[in-house]
Amino acid sequence: MTVSVAPLATEERKRSGVRRGLQDWLPRLVLAPSFLLVLVFVYGFNLWTLFLSFTNSKAFPSTTLVGLANYQKLWNWTFDTDPPSSWYTALVNMAIFGGLYMFFCLFLGLALAILLDQKIRGEGILRPIYLYPLALSFIVTGTAWKLFLDPRIGLEKAVHDWGWTSFHFDWVVNPGKMIYCVAIAGIWQTSGFVMAMFLAGLRGVDGEILKAAQIDGASAYQTYRRIVIPIMRPVFFSALVVLAHMAIKSYDLVLSVTGKNPGGAAELPSTFMYSYTFTRNQMAVGSTSAVIMLMTIAAIMVPYIYSETREKSR
Amino acid sequence: MSAAELVSTPRHRGEPGRHSKTTRVVIYGLLLLFALVYLIPLVVMVMTSLKPLDEVTGGNMFALPQRPTFGAWVKAWGEARIGVSDTLGISGYFLNSIKMVIPAVLISSLLGALNGYVLTKWHFPGHKLVFGMMLFACFIPFQSVIIPMAVILGWFGQIGQSLSDATGYSFGFGNPIVNLVIAHVVYGLGFTTLFFRNYYEAFPTELIKAAMMDGASFFQIFRRVLLPNSTPIFIVTVIYQFTNIWNDFLFGSTFAAGDSSPMTVALNNLVNTSTGIVEYNVNMAAAIIAAAPTLFVYIVAGRYFVRGLMAGAVKG
Amino acid sequence: MAALDIVALRKRFGALEILKGIDISLEKGGFLVLVGPSGCGKSTLLNTIAGLESISSGEIRIGGRAVNDLHPSQRDIAMVFQSYALYPNMSVGENIAFGMEMRGVPKPEREKAVAAVAKTLQIEHLLKRRPGQLSGGQRQRVAMGRALVRQPSIFLFDEPLSNLDAKLRVDMRIEIKRLHQTTGSTIVYVTHDQIEAMTLATKIAVLKDGEVQQVGTPAEIYNRPANLFVADFMGSPAMNLLEGKVTKSGADVGIRLERRDHPPILLPLPISADGSKLSEGAKVIFGIRPEAVNDTESVDSNAKSVIHFDAEVEIVEPAGADTYVVTRAAGKELTARMRADTSVKVGDNHTFAFNLDKAVLFDPATTARI
Repeated sequence: MTVSVAPLATEERKRSGVRRGLQDWLPRLVLAPSFLLVLVFVYGFNLWTLFLSFTNSKAFPSTTLVGLANYQKLWNWTFDTDPPSSWYTALVNMAIFGGLYMFFCLFLGLALAILLDQKIRGEGILRPIYLYPLALSFIVTGTAWKLFLDPRIGLEKAVHDWGWTSFHFDWVVNPGKMIYCVAIAGIWQTSGFVMAMFLAGLRGVDGEILKAAQIDGASAYQTYRRIVIPIMRPVFFSALVVLAHMAIKSYDLVLSVTGKNPGGAAELPSTFMYSYTFTRNQMAVGSTSAVIMLMTIAAIMVPYIYSETREKSR
Repeated sequence: MSAAELVSTPRHRGEPGRHSKTTRVVIYGLLLLFALVYLIPLVVMVMTSLKPLDEVTGGNMFALPQRPTFGAWVKAWGEARIGVSDTLGISGYFLNSIKMVIPAVLISSLLGALNGYVLTKWHFPGHKLVFGMMLFACFIPFQSVIIPMAVILGWFGQIGQSLSDATGYSFGFGNPIVNLVIAHVVYGLGFTTLFFRNYYEAFPTELIKAAMMDGASFFQIFRRVLLPNSTPIFIVTVIYQFTNIWNDFLFGSTFAAGDSSPMTVALNNLVNTSTGIVEYNVNMAAAIIAAAPTLFVYIVAGRYFVRGLMAGAVKG
Repeated sequence: MAALDIVALRKRFGALEILKGIDISLEKGGFLVLVGPSGCGKSTLLNTIAGLESISSGEIRIGGRAVNDLHPSQRDIAMVFQSYALYPNMSVGENIAFGMEMRGVPKPEREKAVAAVAKTLQIEHLLKRRPGQLSGGQRQRVAMGRALVRQPSIFLFDEPLSNLDAKLRVDMRIEIKRLHQTTGSTIVYVTHDQIEAMTLATKIAVLKDGEVQQVGTPAEIYNRPANLFVADFMGSPAMNLLEGKVTKSGADVGIRLERRDHPPILLPLPISADGSKLSEGAKVIFGIRPEAVNDTESVDSNAKSVIHFDAEVEIVEPAGADTYVVTRAAGKELTARMRADTSVKVGDNHTFAFNLDKAVLFDPATTARI
């Protein structure tokens, strides 16, 4: 029972030839615009900023190269402690804010996750309460906390009204202490998210391991400390990376907690960059600080992404 | 089985293992304490917005409003002076935000879906590298692209000017809202692509192959097979983008200053206007109005929200 | 004093009764296998013995001591899990020693015990490695080591071989059996694999829907199943179960199996059955395993009661070591086991032989063996 398939076959092949060609290129064509946009607007612009950091741009971009002069400037400013240069203040504040933010978000996040994991009734209500601050803009958060911590109408006044008149909490208007208020607001906003990450991690622990621990006679505390928490190390690192990234980028939060442009006490690299570029008309210096911010983030993200994708393909 | 169930001693016959009573009380106590800490700022905000100004400055922030009034809200919406603008009230800026958010979210999500589709079902040499590069774009600090962006958008403005001189219509070049949409789409592409790529990675490729054997084309497969099954990730992506773009401040204040500012910028200007008396109640009302859309989305579709955060942050 | 006594054990979960009155005893050094289909309650039963789950009523005694209210770590038991449950962040040595650490055993003693156990299981070279670096079989041995080092009264195994591939499963099964023989330990073992049950156990308890169907030695379970469920569950390929009728002529009781297109098969009462209560025409189920259905050349020459009959061959399945030949009787398929080099072909009219020494009868109404 033979059917002459030959003519049909060649026609099929011809059609599929064109289709094959299209099929090969269409996906790439579809992806191309996005990829090009990213290439230009992300990588291209980063390179452009890098270029600017080697120029003497002031209010407008210039193409005059000055080598590493701007980096030199920032390097010198890093050690200008008396009186502290804006850059020095920015770095110190970054360390304080970043450190507090990351530590407390992790600590609170883990604590809340462990508490919630104890078969709590009402978890469905509690969890959204811890998480909702994430839905808010940093501006809103800052505004709320600015009010809350305001000594004249906020916490200090409330405590005074209740009788404890010697209570002092004017940190939000105290230049030296402003950055701590920024940290408080930031921790309030993001710790819920860390909690959600840890909770997911806790729930992923193999039940049989916990049974084995029970048979081995480990108490609840020992089980958490020796077994559960060490198993959560990957989650811990994920959270750390995300938090570090958010800390370095934060700009809105500082502005809204401390006022328009603190120009001094609560300077962070992000506000430094903005003020030097747009207000003080020193675009080159601003670009340089931006490049440094980028490098710092890259130093954290690239190894992390690399290790994550490598683990996947194992 | 939670850790708790297994680490506690069976006490009575027939009862599942339980912590001791005191431990239980401590746990609930701590949880409730933290719940209070998380809720109080919001509660204070709401209460303050409902108080007349003298109650705010004279009274205790924790006190319930004695003469609750919506006066501050009305003022915030239509009458407050924002920065140095002549436009009164935040209503206009609220509208600006909406005009910006909707196109930005839709375009970036749709592109993300297409990208995810290509990257997972139509492998080509170098697709891993392309994905890696797009992924890294999620993490850059915006400060490192702001200057070039401002320059480019400045050019757009000039193009728009010459276009409207020539034809009476600027085709959107130089329009601040358009600028923001462009910025948010471009810098949101990394995330939306990530979300859809992860989702489609887990989508059975056999379905695609079956559709191909049925003769479906590239776009037909996308439209008829993938998209209808993408509702969960679409919701997650839209919510994530909506929240991020609505809440953005940096782009808004850099690329759309003045009357075309989005809500967040207007809020910051309002709150930090240092002329005269600080009207806390109006500030709080404005803040709540600014927060309302994202809060609403969160209350209604909270678990998708969380899923988005997880997908964005934990996976690589 | 038995090593393990389970008396009238019941477990309820809300309105659902998961274990409906279990009574089992296990002597010291015995190997009890709990076997049954998914959902029969065998893992739950094991968990109650371990103390990981509570019971609603009844008693569990280990070494004569009632342990109902005791914490798992106080019951003198050790458990090996399906997923090995090794602590991923600790080394093999630390994993094995963890239980001792929790009990406050000083370090030098711990190290000695770990070394001894590692030697027995031949994992000394793995002591410093992490579980993630080990193969499935190695992990299983570490899990056993963790159990061994406790020197408990009873070892509990929860489907430990289910996660291994077929070849490894056979190897580990032999190791477990060897361990049992050399240490003389008392073991309770849960599996859904009836071959594992048959090869490892000194005593098998077949469970279904939370009830014990039969407790006995492997031979008893296999040759004298207490009901249809046990008969069908144990043995592969499954026992042939054919509907028949009782024939009585005087003192002689017989069974009659109807066939379409062929004369019926008439059999005397199988040796295992008690024919005194049977009445003429009563329906019975005749059970005979494929290896007891042969032909004239492969039938067991020591069999006392053999009946021959002719039947048409429908399917021939060469299975390597044997060949399974399928025919029809009493409206159902009848599987016979023949020698691998048998010359039987599809469509042949062949003489089969029933070895009635091995046959059993069941009452269709109660499903119990007659």
